[in-house]
Amino acid sequence: MKSFTVLTGLAAPMDRSNVDTDLIIPKQFLKSINRSGFGPNAFDELRYLDKGEPGRDNSQRPLNPEFPLNFSRYQGASILVARENFGCGSSREHAPWALEEYGFRCVIAPSFADIFYNNCFKNGMLPLVLEEPLVAQIFAELYAQEGYSLTVDLERQVVIKPNGETLAFEVDAFRKHCLLNGFDDIGLTLQDAEQIKTYEAERRLSTPWLFGFAQH
Amino acid sequence: MAGKTLYDKLWQAHLVSQRDDGSALIYIDRHIVHEVTSPQAFEGLRLAGRKPWRVDSVVATPDHNVPTTHNERASGVAGIEDPISRIQVQTLDENCDELGILEFKINDPRQGIVHVIGPESGACLPGMTIVCGDSHTSTNGALGALSFGIGTSEVEHVLATQCLVAKKMGNMLVKVDGTLGAGVTPKDVVLAIIGTIGTAGGTGYAIEFGGDVFRAMSMEGRLTVCNMAIEAGARAGMVAVDETTLDYVRGRDYAPKAEQWDMAVAQWRQLHSDADAVFDRVVELDGSAIAPQVTWGNSPEMVLPISGSVPDPAQEADVVKQTGMTRALQYMGLTPGQPITSIRVDRVFIGSCTNSRIEDMRAAAAVVQGKTKAASVKEAIVVPGSGQVKAQAEAEGLHHIFLAAGLEWREPGCSMCLAMNADRLEAGEHCASTSNRNFEGRQGYGGRTHLVSPAMAAAAAIAGHFVDVRTFN
Ligand code: SF4
Repeated sequence: MKSFTVLTGLAAPMDRSNVDTDLIIPKQFLKSINRSGFGPNAFDELRYLDKGEPGRDNSQRPLNPEFPLNFSRYQGASILVARENFGCGSSREHAPWALEEYGFRCVIAPSFADIFYNNCFKNGMLPLVLEEPLVAQIFAELYAQEGYSLTVDLERQVVIKPNGETLAFEVDAFRKHCLLNGFDDIGLTLQDAEQIKTYEAERRLSTPWLFGFAQH
Repeated sequence: MAGKTLYDKLWQAHLVSQRDDGSALIYIDRHIVHEVTSPQAFEGLRLAGRKPWRVDSVVATPDHNVPTTHNERASGVAGIEDPISRIQVQTLDENCDELGILEFKINDPRQGIVHVIGPESGACLPGMTIVCGDSHTSTNGALGALSFGIGTSEVEHVLATQCLVAKKMGNMLVKVDGTLGAGVTPKDVVLAIIGTIGTAGGTGYAIEFGGDVFRAMSMEGRLTVCNMAIEAGARAGMVAVDETTLDYVRGRDYAPKAEQWDMAVAQWRQLHSDADAVFDRVVELDGSAIAPQVTWGNSPEMVLPISGSVPDPAQEADVVKQTGMTRALQYMGLTPGQPITSIRVDRVFIGSCTNSRIEDMRAAAAVVQGKTKAASVKEAIVVPGSGQVKAQAEAEGLHHIFLAAGLEWREPGCSMCLAMNADRLEAGEHCASTSNRNFEGRQGYGGRTHLVSPAMAAAAAIAGHFVDVRTFN
């Protein structure tokens, strides 16, 4: 996994609440058996004027000129600023895969749906929660100022605005540790393999009906 | 010391280790796998040179991509016309065969939607921790289990370690007392709950559904309610174990038998919140006040009783909400003030992991019996949730009732719930759907979904527009 330490980048707006995972990556693209290739279809239904299908050459499709991420001023953005309950809906990890491949390493919002929030960390992305008025302020500033960029310092847990103002944010210690170091958490869990085996041995005795399932 | 909630008990029973940083390692008893969110996990495992920790905890089935027409289904995987869907289903077969994972393959009579086959086969049981790479895994919580959806990286993590790194959620109680009126179903109850607490109302919580209404509810109804806990933002929903639960589980294929059954029941009877348990958040609703519900917008919280009228964004003070409403009305092609009953329906979908069990089939059949689909409704499809539901419905002759009324009777799968197969809406079409999500494009590009109960969907198929099933005949 890619590590995440300090990110400085252009911020782009996704100005609606309850952005669901169907909107982030429509289901027809979930048929892929690969982990990559989703970037060109991130926000497909908002981004293009026609209907996307897997295998199409996206560079030939008509872009929606009214969709902010298509504006020239937001090209190259790596921080997405969003509203409440971002990433709600399905568990599809294709959503963070698509956003990451599009170029976003950080999404800032007042709240996230739980599964999406979790999935981001597994992919070297930081979902960052700031209080609603602070996010509203960022929206106002980024609309007002072209080239508005932010610095996100995970180690110090602060967002630094162009005017030097810093906003502190909370993040889980374990997730922070994995993200800073780019750790694969399967490897970390397997360090506790003995403990898992001990637990499992007890469980075999107390709930024997849970074992031997496939052999029925 | 305060008593424990059901969630506290399930959590503690599965705690392998508590880490200093607040995270915990949780043991997973059952892992259900489907074709869409697993290929990258199996590939990851292979690339890392890892093997599944415990193959006998996993059961797999293809559901999202499978065709539901009899013809296309007849020749199994090879018959799937869409080549990319075919590859995905094939990949699941290959992965399961290679690793020795039990899979109910495409035309196995036990195949079906993951969240239908789990409880139905007894693969999902009370007291378990259950995960699946699918958000509606919350469904199984109806059994008195801790069950929730995970992402693909976590699918790989559970395959490799039998555990998840998790943080304990908050405890939330949604209590619905009173008695439901005739024609008011579990689907209406859960839609009314979401309408009250919002789609983020349960975020960060495990919701326990308690109160008279759930005690009186059938197991299938409880599965419908827990299915949509995720639509209220909660990863997990659950209902305490009682006689209804035990009666449902007894005798299922993979349920414990003989002495093990008695041993299990003794444990399962503890699976309820203690009388003095404390919840972090409690929401109470009056069950007798709930009417049949219909969603009008692009979020399940945009829901109204059938007697309602489409709201006017101008009346909404919150600007973000107001823009959301305006956008939803534009997408849905609705006008403020328009009565819900005036919304005409182009297609009807009865199915999905929310409402494709035998009771749902019966409820829909009871409404359409002896009637005919409105000519203006282009298509009304009934898609049973599993091969077993299909067989049971056919044994009861329900398929004849549907066919006589002009509805179609299909093969089991997710179908038009998310339109990954050929079943989908055309742009601009309104659909009375028994599924769980009305997001933009969910049932097809530009499609307009209205979430309702099976009885309400069936009534709309006959009337051609939404009607109050309580007064419809
Ligand atoms: S029926 Fe719909 S919600 Fe349920 S698992 Fe299938 S796609 Fe997901």
